[in-house]
Amino acid sequence: MSHRVGALLGRYPALRLGLLIAAPLTWLVAVYVVALAALLVTALWQVDSFTGDLERTVSLENLKTVLTGELYRTVTLRTVGVAALVTVIDVLIALPIAFYMAKVATPRRRRILLIAVLTPLWASYLVKAFAWRATLSDGGLLEWLGTPIGLQSPGYGLSAVVMTQAYIWLPYVILPIFAGLERVPDSLLEASGDLGGGPVHTLRWVVLPLLVPAVIAGSIFSFSLTLGDYITVNIVGGTSQMLGNLVFVNAGAANNLPLAATIALIPIVVMLGYLAAVRRTGALDNL
Amino acid sequence: MKSLATALVSAVALTALAACGGGSDSAETSQAVEELGEKEGQVSILAWPGYVEDGTNDPEVDWVTPFEEQTGCQVTSKTYGTSDEALNLAKTGEYDVVAASGDLSLRLIASKEAAAVNTDLVPNYAEVFDFLKNTEWNTVDGVNYGIPHGYGANLLQYNTDVVTEAPTSWSAVFEESELAKYQGKVTAYDSPIYIADAALYLMKHDPDSGITNPYALDQEQLDAAVQLLKTQRKYVGEYWSDYLKLISASETGDTVVGTTWQVIVNSIGKDNIRAVLPEEGSTAWNDTWMLSAQAENPNCGYAWLDYIVSPKANAQATEYFGEAPNSEAACAETTDPKHCETYHAGDEEFSKSLWYWRTPIKECLDGRDVECTDYAQWTAAWTEIKG
Repeated sequence: MSHRVGALLGRYPALRLGLLIAAPLTWLVAVYVVALAALLVTALWQVDSFTGDLERTVSLENLKTVLTGELYRTVTLRTVGVAALVTVIDVLIALPIAFYMAKVATPRRRRILLIAVLTPLWASYLVKAFAWRATLSDGGLLEWLGTPIGLQSPGYGLSAVVMTQAYIWLPYVILPIFAGLERVPDSLLEASGDLGGGPVHTLRWVVLPLLVPAVIAGSIFSFSLTLGDYITVNIVGGTSQMLGNLVFVNAGAANNLPLAATIALIPIVVMLGYLAAVRRTGALDNL
Repeated sequence: MKSLATALVSAVALTALAACGGGSDSAETSQAVEELGEKEGQVSILAWPGYVEDGTNDPEVDWVTPFEEQTGCQVTSKTYGTSDEALNLAKTGEYDVVAASGDLSLRLIASKEAAAVNTDLVPNYAEVFDFLKNTEWNTVDGVNYGIPHGYGANLLQYNTDVVTEAPTSWSAVFEESELAKYQGKVTAYDSPIYIADAALYLMKHDPDSGITNPYALDQEQLDAAVQLLKTQRKYVGEYWSDYLKLISASETGDTVVGTTWQVIVNSIGKDNIRAVLPEEGSTAWNDTWMLSAQAENPNCGYAWLDYIVSPKANAQATEYFGEAPNSEAACAETTDPKHCETYHAGDEEFSKSLWYWRTPIKECLDGRDVECTDYAQWTAAWTEIKG
């Protein structure tokens, strides 16, 4: 019997593969694809405004609202802008740190730095956001530090959101870039030096091109995580709203799940666009 | 890739089918029970912060433990920040008892989440002020859905260090000349129902607006209120719906003027944070203890209803929250002998000057023969105001 099963599997590689990935694929479909599909379907429904009951009739009303409403355009642009800014800041900070860790530091120091980068991940997201709330508040740490040199705390608002998010997602950007740099052989840097390339030249023409996939991997983390965030905005964002807030308000307060589902499609579309653009650069092939 | 797309499409179809087939049937409106059974040993309560205190927030403030000792019903409770949030939580069916303001109670009844209450089974109901009984927010078609708890007004909070002249009018948060003094340090309540505060201000200061009830706004009046709130937004530092957020912002000085509740001012407990009822009157709440239609512990639920409206417990709860108790007997139990005087408890005329939270509906609440804006429109307007 087992012999025959073995022969069957030997003859049909597709069957072999199918059996192998059936369980994880079922899981992926059940948890991920179905959830997304449910989101799409919910976006087509309506809600009775008084009782809050779902009306399961298909209409494109929500899509129309989101596509034509000025509010949603403003908030989408704001959210994408914040996510882009956070990503740029994180990459700019992460590049030198990762370079130092991977290429300059002694093994001992590298380990210490790695632990230092990872440690903030042990603390809860909320604790970090509230710590920034206290730091940015009136008479908080930032004001205390800034007053002698004539700087003011930006207070609660979008700049506070950018600062906090850049802080929270920084480890997720440093780590892939660090890993990418570690894979760049030192011999390449030496060869560049031997051929007369100065440090800047080497960095620009040897290291950076090799690093693009790692930077993009890091940017996907910071960009997508910021895109979906609503908690930081709630805590340090002052009156600002981001897409996550609109989803939260509609699902949690206004009890309009269909509209919330429709709004939730925006970050999905943005992310798909981003991934498609990244895919064209070929960066994903090197991950 | 192609097979993935096929899988996605079939998954969508499956979900759609499943969703259509499995429509949830809410419970039919049940008759109120005739008599009580054995207590279940537990009850879960959904309420405003400060309504169900068991000593964990302040060891001195505890009226849950005596209830548990008397009845053997263990209490679990959850607090909420806005009526909208409470509606969602109540629909989960995890709560036996809900404390609801007027903008929530009718929605609970309409969505069949509230059970009719037999007031004969709540002996302490007899003590409650008559003008709180059988009101439009706790009784529908002659069926009673809840027991009055207490009532109070949304107040104007200010920090005396910055707002040196005590404000007497809501103009402090609605007039640009006033707002400009506190740029970025103004706060407001983060819920669509706050539109009524702006409408009330217009009603008092702009007779041409024709507003006679801040919860009955036609499209033009809603637009005017929205305009007022958009102006206000330029000066708002942050909105609050989580009362802890307002407490922390007030303590650090990030917020110096704006809407508050008495319980928040009491919790801060500092001399420089004060609250006042402005001359225009205010929006307000009039809360009702309701029984969930899905209650798993109705007998302990009834026990709680009776306990929390009993003079002693009601006095403790309403005094802690900073609102008027529901009966003369409760007034006699307050630790501050002037509490009921301060909050005008039992003063029917005063109560009429407050605009209790209601759910705006298409049919104008003030009986005008035009179409009013409903809560969905208010919600859309509110997200638009915040931008």
